[in-house]
Amino acid sequence: MRKYLAGAALGTVLAMTPYGLALADTPKDTLVMAFAIDDIISLDPGEAFEISTGEYTGNTYDRLVAFDIKDVSKLRGTLAESWTVSDDALTYTFKMRKGVKFASGNPVTAEDAAFSLQRAVILNKSPAFILTQFGLTPDNVKDKVKAVDADTLVFQVDKPYAPSFVLNCLTATVASVVDKVEVMKHEKNGDFGNEWLKTNYAGTGAYALRQWKPGESLSLVANENYWGEKPKLKRVLIRQVKESASQQLLLEKGDVDIARNLEADQLKTAKTNANLHLVSAPKGTVWYVGLNQKNQYLQKPEVRKALKYLVDYDGIANVIMAGRATKHQTFLPNGFLGASNDTPYALDVAKAKDLLKQAGLENGFKATIDTRNVTMTTQIAQSLQSTFAQAGVQLEIIPGDGKQVLTKYRARNHDITMFQWGADYQDPHTNAETFASNPDNSDEGKVKTLAWRNAWDIPDLTKITAANLMERDSAKRAAVYQDLQKTILENSPFIIMFQETEVAVARKNVKNLVLGPSFDTNLYAGVSKD
Amino acid sequence: MTGRAEQGGPETVRPSRSGARQASPGRIRLKRAGMMALRTLGSLAVTFLGLLIITFLIGRVLPIDPVLAAVGDRAPADVYDRVYHEMGLHLPLYQQFFDYVMRVFQGDFGTSVLTSRPVLDDIVRVFPATLELATIATILGVLLGVPMGVLAAVHRGRWPDHCVRVLGLFGYSLPVFWLGLVGLLLFYMKLDWVGGPGRLDAAMEDFFEPVTGLILVDALLQGDMEVFRNAVSHITLPAALLAYFSLAYIARMTRSFMLEQLAQEYVLTARVKGVSEARVIWRHALGNVMVPLITVIALSYAHLLEGSVLTETVFAWPGLGSYITSSLLNADMNAVLGGTIIVGGVFIGINLLSDLLYRLFDPRARR
Repeated sequence: MRKYLAGAALGTVLAMTPYGLALADTPKDTLVMAFAIDDIISLDPGEAFEISTGEYTGNTYDRLVAFDIKDVSKLRGTLAESWTVSDDALTYTFKMRKGVKFASGNPVTAEDAAFSLQRAVILNKSPAFILTQFGLTPDNVKDKVKAVDADTLVFQVDKPYAPSFVLNCLTATVASVVDKVEVMKHEKNGDFGNEWLKTNYAGTGAYALRQWKPGESLSLVANENYWGEKPKLKRVLIRQVKESASQQLLLEKGDVDIARNLEADQLKTAKTNANLHLVSAPKGTVWYVGLNQKNQYLQKPEVRKALKYLVDYDGIANVIMAGRATKHQTFLPNGFLGASNDTPYALDVAKAKDLLKQAGLENGFKATIDTRNVTMTTQIAQSLQSTFAQAGVQLEIIPGDGKQVLTKYRARNHDITMFQWGADYQDPHTNAETFASNPDNSDEGKVKTLAWRNAWDIPDLTKITAANLMERDSAKRAAVYQDLQKTILENSPFIIMFQETEVAVARKNVKNLVLGPSFDTNLYAGVSKD
Repeated sequence: MTGRAEQGGPETVRPSRSGARQASPGRIRLKRAGMMALRTLGSLAVTFLGLLIITFLIGRVLPIDPVLAAVGDRAPADVYDRVYHEMGLHLPLYQQFFDYVMRVFQGDFGTSVLTSRPVLDDIVRVFPATLELATIATILGVLLGVPMGVLAAVHRGRWPDHCVRVLGLFGYSLPVFWLGLVGLLLFYMKLDWVGGPGRLDAAMEDFFEPVTGLILVDALLQGDMEVFRNAVSHITLPAALLAYFSLAYIARMTRSFMLEQLAQEYVLTARVKGVSEARVIWRHALGNVMVPLITVIALSYAHLLEGSVLTETVFAWPGLGSYITSSLLNADMNAVLGGTIIVGGVFIGINLLSDLLYRLFDPRARR
């Protein structure tokens, strides 16, 4: 027995001894990233609507049109070579680019494009509203969106919307063109191949899916049939690493080329590391505090305004978010049509006290703030707690998991909450609709915009927001959005604080990683490694 | 057992009191075994049902909207309503539960909302990662923990005892998350002795096609020593970490069991009879400690098999703990219930196994 035990112990120790384990750098032809990709639910572009899947779809599929990532107001054709808009602004005609093939080798036709849009509307998954808002329904979509010949697609809308709005929506990932032949080979029970496409691929993008192992990795391989400039690296391997400290270690050691979710203090360390460099880009995401108008104190206009003076915008941006955000107080992020850069608010306790006094609350009041229990959010909430307290507003922080806080918020059971809002598509309407529109403020209201969630009843603003969708003159449309931003800045129950900056940290030898203004414009095709 | 049956137990010679027709001894044994099996199955069924009811209720009272995980925050009302109905959430709670249990009986654990795959496929994927880690950790924990506990008991109050106790105290009190990161920093970053987070190097992971999901076993089966060595380098640190926590517990329990045994009269008798000290300690005393120790080891192993969320997070280890936790936080109830059934099954399986081991180590249990 003793001999056996000793033998087993020795054997185990020997087996565990890491002999000859000099760990190699990542392969030369592969980009390896550490990234928290556990939000991926489905890889079907007609269904996917998360941050990680946005990035995946952006690299693996193409749309008819795309915006220029340096100037989002400029649109260019991708799978469509050109397009025209009818005089009544109800019909869009796209001419398809010739000679483009899917990764499968099948040619891309107008029929594929029509099928892709029809299928997204008929499947009616989360992102379908981006298309159905043009009056498309599962019943009429086959008439409204159709291929008149192999090269021509006709897209009809129900009202004369601003063409920029319609085209911007068509840049969204839900409008990605999928390979009809390939997808329909895997159709089951009339699901348009949805079940199959959730974990498989049928696109035209620079990269094609190799495999997705949920909770482990997502691996891509260069698409041999890609119609544009061929990707520099043969493979991309995205590894699910949730913990930012683990990401940092992997990056510093050279076992990954890029870390995507480093925290502010880790970014500071990365900046001083000669082997690393930072790539950053402002994103279409704003951080805001929502004040529930059902709360007797928060519904007073003076209180709403007072609280806007009780946020240490600069301190939070520079210290807590350090490089991950910039001060931004209007609902349209920079880069959007009509975005305003006004930042009239700064921490001013005296002014806040004065406003609270006007509201009859010179002794302050108590409220709770629901926040997600992630590092940066918690630190910001603590900062708010301390600055609010300076004017007598006692804030109790209720931390919770993301979905838990969201559930409470959607039930309008909060006092105050803090969240991020990311644009659904690259058009100002996506944010205007949520911050400045609330068609039915009753508890039964079906459209749960942020204004609804904070019980802010704004029939007039709702009308203006809807009407501006029909404004075909871009300059006039932009002017209306500027007015809306001013109103929201002044009166709303939203303390909009920051615009998020996405930061990726890469090894020195990694060149040309592109982070665009939206998550689907974070592109790998140009990346090379020395 | 069968040997005894062949020789004939005491029942065979005892005349029937009632004088009624005597059943053959084999049949009596069979009947008993049948009753035992039925009773075990019955208690298993009740345990599982209880487990499912509690987990199901916890999932439903969580203040998390399960539809959100499926459709996200931005879905319009009609999509939300459709999925709400598809998930059966409009039905009364008891009916939702009943439907679920009926499906499970048909072998359908449902589909996970978070991965869009059948829950069973998910579990088959994540459980081997946990199993591999927990098994190695437990083997290490036992191999080191038991001798340490024995040494501490034998040298009670002297430095080996103090060392083991301090080590045990650290094992209990240090946060696993912190220790994991420090371990990575030292052994992975600075010393380069072990692989980093993940089960294999990134490049290897993408190309290695597992069969059983136990990478060490798969690599050996496929004769791929490079992958095997790489997997060893990656599992070393998380396994050592979990082994440390497990050995702290095992050593402490071994110490206390041994102290109790060493104070017994038979130990004194053995010593008086001139039995060597090593034999007294390692054979007689430890032999008697084995039975309670098996329970301790089994519990520790079962605990590790649930998956250690924090260890899995630090080491980017795609195991059962992370799977169940993230499912629970998204109210992905099919996945949570599927995971619970597996964890419950593991606990029950290990209990049965330790019952069998009792028989091996304790002559009394064989009667």
